[in-house]
Amino acid sequence: MKREHRFLKGLFIGIMLVFLYAPIIVMIVYSFNASRTMGNWGGFSTEWYGALFRDRDILAALEVTLSVAVISSIVATLLGTTAAIGIHSMKRRTRNVILTTTNLPVVNPDLVTGISLMFAFSILMVPQGYTRLLLAHITFNIPYVILSVMPKLRQTSDSLYEAALDLGAKPSYALRKVVLPQIAPGIVSGMILAFTLSVDDFVISFFCQQGAQNLSTYIYSLARRGINPKINALSAIMFVVVLALLLLVNVISSQNTEEAKAKRREKKRRRMAAAEA
Amino acid sequence: MKRIVSFVLLAAMICLAMAGCSGGNSEATMQLYVLNWGDYIDEEVLENFRTEHPEIDLHYTTMTSNEEMLIQLQSEDCIYDVCFPSDYTISKLINLDLLAEIDTSKLSNYENIDERFLNQPFDPDNTYSVPYAWGTVGILYNTTMVDEPVTSWDILWDEKYAGQIYMYDSVRDSMMVALELLGYSMNTTDPDEIAEAEALLVEQKPLVQAYGTDDLRDRMIAGSGAMAVTYSGDAIYAIMENPDLAYAVPEEGSNIWFDNVIITKSSQNVEAAYIFLDYLLDAEVAAANANYLCYSTPNAAAEEFIDPELLASDVFNVPQDVIDRCEGFIDLEEDEQLYHSAWTRIKAQ
Repeated sequence: MKREHRFLKGLFIGIMLVFLYAPIIVMIVYSFNASRTMGNWGGFSTEWYGALFRDRDILAALEVTLSVAVISSIVATLLGTTAAIGIHSMKRRTRNVILTTTNLPVVNPDLVTGISLMFAFSILMVPQGYTRLLLAHITFNIPYVILSVMPKLRQTSDSLYEAALDLGAKPSYALRKVVLPQIAPGIVSGMILAFTLSVDDFVISFFCQQGAQNLSTYIYSLARRGINPKINALSAIMFVVVLALLLLVNVISSQNTEEAKAKRREKKRRRMAAAEA
Repeated sequence: MKRIVSFVLLAAMICLAMAGCSGGNSEATMQLYVLNWGDYIDEEVLENFRTEHPEIDLHYTTMTSNEEMLIQLQSEDCIYDVCFPSDYTISKLINLDLLAEIDTSKLSNYENIDERFLNQPFDPDNTYSVPYAWGTVGILYNTTMVDEPVTSWDILWDEKYAGQIYMYDSVRDSMMVALELLGYSMNTTDPDEIAEAEALLVEQKPLVQAYGTDDLRDRMIAGSGAMAVTYSGDAIYAIMENPDLAYAVPEEGSNIWFDNVIITKSSQNVEAAYIFLDYLLDAEVAAANANYLCYSTPNAAAEEFIDPELLASDVFNVPQDVIDRCEGFIDLEEDEQLYHSAWTRIKAQ
């Protein structure tokens, strides 16, 4: 009985992993295909990786994607965190009203956001190109940062901040030393979320991209002539880099927790020793 | 936690530094915004243009369909100067008054163009457009699976090939096949003729393995189908990859298509746009593009620089009698709705 149970569990996880990763593995394998055509294996070759780094268009699109993702996630994190702290200290009713307003863009279809941004930008005469793309990405990223910071604020107790004020800290000092460290995990996860959403986005970028093309719209534009194997190579590299980053972050954070544990143990030992003495 | 934050920030700074270093060139006095199809120009041509014309800061963007391009060009504050729409889209753009008239006296290479490809029905005097690439639509077939010669569209209705036929997933292209087989014009607006074509395509549906676009080419190369309705440029590429394949333009006639270069009416950089257009018309540049794309070039002077293997192919170097039996699409304006509703019903069957 128990063995069957374990087998089914393994099978379920196995199927899930296959669904998640088989397409990515196929893509990585085909990025080493000497033939230009999908589904036609022409032998092992790394020529697409070489061609990728000589292709100015792809590199330019990659540069736009990365710089928009980095800048928009940083700006959105700053704005979103500030907003979240402000919203948190509001009275309940206003807080709910504001939170619903900021959540609306999250559930709103991207298509609506994209088209309305296109109109808004042209009415406000925002210069075409990179500026629009960046502003659009900051705009749709902010609600996600607020969403990931708010729960952390709710978990923390306001009394710590008040205690800091009672003990003579200025509000800004208390914010930096008491509030921010407590909500830091929320801020970081919000920033990472914003970054990935920005790299991912197609629909909104599509409507705000005259003259500045990011990777998603570039790849889509290849549809008429067929997706180039260089794109497989690029996707493979991106996957490996993200995987490496995730592993690194996990290793660091697990080291951190171990260090913290060790420190706590050390402290306890010392206290015990002091008590004995 | 702090380390993660600082790590993320560090990564961010490196990215920003990278972005900062590779900014545009400083000598440029002119800007130029080009909107083209994805992968539709030899990258080296763009590279050479940038080195030969350091005074022009070229912004190159790509798109995937005529419809998408229409959206971009129709937007109030469109920044594009040069674009590469297809035939029927050009007539649409002319009707919308979005194109600038082209002064051919500013194009020193204009005489390189083969006159056969000027004065097409979508732009009768070439007032607004200059031809860039062209081709035909025909049947790409696998000679190991099809023994008889392919001369008529009716082979796509042959029960022998049930489940081995690919059709092109686009309204006008598929309706064209049925209309030509019936002996009607591919630009007909007669509801009865369109209804007949619709019935024919519905009848064919059980034999069709799939409706597709560029993926059909890969499937034909892999040998998973006997025949496919294909654009000539894709056909040449497929034949090079798999020598068992062959291409034919049926006797009933077919579509001849053009992608032309236009300058937008709203263009702020007309001077740079003319320099770019003239550059594309240069014989060697046109040949480089033709060699890269495998699409036929309207540039007569380019011939001597074209890959002999390409020139030897009837698919690339289309014989005059094939050109003569082909017709171009024109914009049908309101009547196009007839085609769209017919196609929706066919696909829904």
